[in-house]
Amino acid sequence: MSQQLYWEDVDVSSEVTPLPRIATTQMLVKWAGASGDFNPLHYEDTFASKQGVGKPIVHGALKRAWLVSLMTNWIGDNGTLKKLSCQYRGMDWPRMMKSLYEPEDGDTWWCKGKVTNKYVKDGEHYVECEIWVENAKGEKTTPGNATAVLLSRG
Amino acid sequence: MIPEQVANLIGKAQAPVIYEVERGAIKKYADAIADRNPLYWDEEHARNSRYGSIIAPPGFAGWPTQWTGAMPFLPSGGLRGTVLETMAKLGYPRVLDGGVEFEFILPVRADDILVGVTKVIDIYERESKGAKMFLSVFETTFTNQNGAVAFKIQQTLICR
Repeated sequence: MSQQLYWEDVDVSSEVTPLPRIATTQMLVKWAGASGDFNPLHYEDTFASKQGVGKPIVHGALKRAWLVSLMTNWIGDNGTLKKLSCQYRGMDWPRMMKSLYEPEDGDTWWCKGKVTNKYVKDGEHYVECEIWVENAKGEKTTPGNATAVLLSRG
Repeated sequence: MIPEQVANLIGKAQAPVIYEVERGAIKKYADAIADRNPLYWDEEHARNSRYGSIIAPPGFAGWPTQWTGAMPFLPSGGLRGTVLETMAKLGYPRVLDGGVEFEFILPVRADDILVGVTKVIDIYERESKGAKMFLSVFETTFTNQNGAVAFKIQQTLICR
């Protein structure tokens, strides 16, 4: 696991350690099964085309789950995620698979964030962050906010 | 003024749904999101952590994460279905997921049994580029086997 992050090491405008993710058709199949979202919009070409999105698109909730990973990886085992929100603003299309294990070359998504506030309340050490999923064009398709309690050296 | 059929939906609740937080479902979920955090699958790591056992990634309350009409053991599309049907009849058949807001209160552990209660907490109208749309806000509260609220989700659906 990542090293433990301490509240004292973080300032307003500090970067949340970026987390890369590659959406693949395989990942979308896994997500459909793991979440129970069986909307054909995410696996059937003809259906997706009729819905006006071209090819099957990445589930919004999958990108939301990536943002949870972004935060939990950064705050470490002893940090606690308190709140997370996001909006689904833009669509993303997964990479095809080259083999059972490897995706075709293509886009990589980056989950990113920035500290917007830090404070102590009821003896707990809080940080607030602006977070987002960024596509290869640099567009924030899934912006949001998160609040976490960090470990303190104090 | 929003139509009466819509106003009547505000405050409506769905019958409680039971969620069993199974280890296998946690692993499958962590695998699907490519999250290697050992708190989700390594018994020993989890036992030595402050949680003392395997936990679920925040936001996961067991399978499925969303009940839909596509599942034969759910009698209908549920509350969400009722709201969407009403909107479609009023001429707003296109649905967009507007986003979510989580509030995490307690960790969810493997073997927890949660009860999820979903309510329509608000429906309001908005205009964008001259077109009307309705935003419906659903809140689901997950209570664990000890009677404590573990987390809450607010989800906004946009009907156009």
